[in-house]
Amino acid sequence: MILATSLETASRLQFALTAMYHWLFVPLTLGLSVLLGIFETKYYISKDEFWKKTTQFWSRIFAINFACGVATGIILEFEFGTNWSNYSWFVGDIFGAPLAIEGVFAFFMETTFFAVMYFGWNKVSKGFHLASTWLTALGTNLSAYWILAANSWMQYPVGTEFNPVTGRSEMVDFWSIVFSPMTLSKFSHTVMSGFLIAAIVVIAICAWYLLKKRDVEFSHKSIKYASVFGIISFVLLFISGDNAGYVVAKTQPMKLAAMEGLYEGQEGAPIVGVALLNPKKTYDNQEDPYLFNISIPYGLSLLANRSCSSFVPGIKDIIEGGYTYKDINGVEQTALSFEEKVKRGEMARRALNVYATFKDKKDNPSAQQALAEAKVYLDENFKYFGYGFLNKPEQTIPNVPITFYSFRVMIILGGYFFIFLILCWWFGKKKILEKYKWFLYLAIISVPLVYICGECGWIVAEVGRQPWTIQDLLPIKASVSGVSASNVYTTFIIFAVLFTVLLVAELKIAFNQIKKGPDGIKW
Amino acid sequence: MTTYHFLQLYWWAIVSILGALLVFLMFVQGGQTLLFGTAKNDAQKKILTTIFGHKWEITYTTLVTFGGAAFASFPLFYSTSFGGAYWLWILILLSFVIQAFSYEFRSKENNLLGTKVYDIFLLINGVAGTILIGVAVGSFVTGGNFMMDKMNITNVGSNIISYWTNDYKGIELIAVPANLLLGVVIFLCARTLGLLYTINQCEKIAGEDAEQLSQRAASRLIISGVAFVLFFVAFVVVLFLSTGYKVDVNSPLFNGIDGPIVAEKYAYLHTMLSIWPLAVVFLLGVVCVLIGLGRTILMGKGTFYLTGLGVILAVFAILLSLGWNDMSYFHSNTDINNSLTLYNSSSSLYTLKTMAYASIAVPFVIAYIAYIWKKMSAKKEI
Repeated sequence: MILATSLETASRLQFALTAMYHWLFVPLTLGLSVLLGIFETKYYISKDEFWKKTTQFWSRIFAINFACGVATGIILEFEFGTNWSNYSWFVGDIFGAPLAIEGVFAFFMETTFFAVMYFGWNKVSKGFHLASTWLTALGTNLSAYWILAANSWMQYPVGTEFNPVTGRSEMVDFWSIVFSPMTLSKFSHTVMSGFLIAAIVVIAICAWYLLKKRDVEFSHKSIKYASVFGIISFVLLFISGDNAGYVVAKTQPMKLAAMEGLYEGQEGAPIVGVALLNPKKTYDNQEDPYLFNISIPYGLSLLANRSCSSFVPGIKDIIEGGYTYKDINGVEQTALSFEEKVKRGEMARRALNVYATFKDKKDNPSAQQALAEAKVYLDENFKYFGYGFLNKPEQTIPNVPITFYSFRVMIILGGYFFIFLILCWWFGKKKILEKYKWFLYLAIISVPLVYICGECGWIVAEVGRQPWTIQDLLPIKASVSGVSASNVYTTFIIFAVLFTVLLVAELKIAFNQIKKGPDGIKW
Repeated sequence: MTTYHFLQLYWWAIVSILGALLVFLMFVQGGQTLLFGTAKNDAQKKILTTIFGHKWEITYTTLVTFGGAAFASFPLFYSTSFGGAYWLWILILLSFVIQAFSYEFRSKENNLLGTKVYDIFLLINGVAGTILIGVAVGSFVTGGNFMMDKMNITNVGSNIISYWTNDYKGIELIAVPANLLLGVVIFLCARTLGLLYTINQCEKIAGEDAEQLSQRAASRLIISGVAFVLFFVAFVVVLFLSTGYKVDVNSPLFNGIDGPIVAEKYAYLHTMLSIWPLAVVFLLGVVCVLIGLGRTILMGKGTFYLTGLGVILAVFAILLSLGWNDMSYFHSNTDINNSLTLYNSSSSLYTLKTMAYASIAVPFVIAYIAYIWKKMSAKKEI
């Protein structure tokens, strides 16, 4: 069976669609769950009914998103099997464990205590309810940790070895996967982006109340907490983003090059602020990569190597190899060319193929000999295994415009949110929010922008990893299921319609709840 | 027995207990089928959506964890069944996805589709979701049309490890009588448990609507409960008379992972009899179900938990018998030697061991869920 390119495209589209819808619902729950904990703690300490009402109002918004997040989340989990069956076997030994542990340790905690938080106001004591709210927040964020650990492993596959007998990668070091630098940076960056989204959404809803001159006390107090929460989240988001950039530079240099539109590497490389990419640019022509470009000198070298004068490889360098670099453990290495990586990947794959052929023929002595040889080749070359499926250097380059522009949008919007949050906190502190109507409108406009910002982050992470499902080990084309593209396109359309209906219904209900306000919620 | 094989058996047991809990917890789905017909007015519908709406997340989470555990411990099953029987699993997914938001959305104003549409979604989930899950599990006994070769990953042009050999992609499994029979059993089981739970919960709710609902549930229980027992017996007869497939661990070709697959008449019955504790658990489960249903139908006593325990025990024993004793738990009807066994489909020793440590938390999780369940069921305000 020869896989058509359209199957890969269809499978990617379907997964991207599900993941992007999932990320419309989940981030709010990550941050809002913590804000709920804070509001309810205020209620528990002060015994002021105002804080109870505040908690109840925001928990209603949380619940609407929670249901949608759960609905899209289960599809993601099952799509690994339905659409990525080769992937599921090839790395299920490693990738499945975080998913299972997430279910046992986090998802049960989240859903069980969510039920108490949402339905239990009149059924459990105040202390028990408060504990349930915090446990919901813990479960929600712990759940994100395990999922992001699994995703991080796809970006930086540590703690694994290839077993030629079973024909798959196997886990050899659980803790190195759970606490890899990629996992830690991705978790902190992703969760903080969820916190930022929650802060912006809370501020925007309250801004609308202030524009309508209603629920003023509720809005002022919610904004006060949300803006401080947002500023703290932003600072952590910035730090974790810087760290994520460093880890990407060390583990996925091609992704970093695509993020920057950097074709020719240089020492003391600048980081691009704003630019227009030249559509005629390819890795092997002499065109200028940018039509227009404003850069910050030395920024990229500083981000990638913590040194202003260091060399950052471009797309061409990564394909041609030959430059020296320090890996994430600080060990100096010489980069291999694409051709060399393909050669090594093919050696590993062919050695395995010889073993498989003898095994199929039930020629046991020859199979054992081939296995011993395959082990030697695999030990030396497995880290380039995926290159054995590729034949053109262009195949290793992710979509540069999508990665580049998504990264810029994310960064520029991030900067905007910092200024916005500082202003919000300041205006709130001076009790002059109502005086600046433009700012209240800006707050409302910020809601779609913060979601665009979050989605762009995921686009950078996932499109930038192409053509790999698992960095350097397994390309997309070797990961998909044996279904036809038409089957996948059909389910794509079904899911697209379903998710869109779900989103519209969710928004209509949420708007209605917001219109009712904290006083209109009945429990 | 090697440590590796012990862990393979252990993880099959964990997946089986999750599967058994899932079947029990699908009483929520069963309860949803009462929205049309049993509930006669909006107040009664509200009672049903309140009592079942406070529990749907646990069923859902169990399904997600079941999927995660199956992926982590037997990735080749995940790859072969999900990737092969594509449409069956997509339909199962869709039938569960529409449940997730229906409870939250149905009673809200301005909910786009209207309450009735969300109630229909809940009904679809209650009927189609349970039947399709039964069909999927039924294919463990009847097999699937697939080919599997792990070493295909080494072929650049033809690298699919496992694939379905017909174009129906799993839809045809619905037409296999034994699969459909199990589907109906799971549906009737869910509905019976849903009725029992309705009776159980209506006792705690004051008012005429709750009383009427309880009475109607009790009268419907007679048909549903009896049908469940009859269809269940029919499935057990089919199961015990079926030819099963086993890996021949005594063959010189068996290497601890792969080996020749051989057919064995009455293999599931043999497994149940050769591992006698399984038979005991199974019979105990059946007795609990019969006593539970009998007490409710004949004496009018609420026995949701006793019947539920019976369902868990019986399903647990059946699921164990599908995989233990060297059985092929998912055989290939295209080429029997491509069948899945615990030996050839499991994760590595290291992964199974790591997850075994994690599984120590399972009793703790079950304990806090039970505690919360009890606490949240204490009072009812509808």
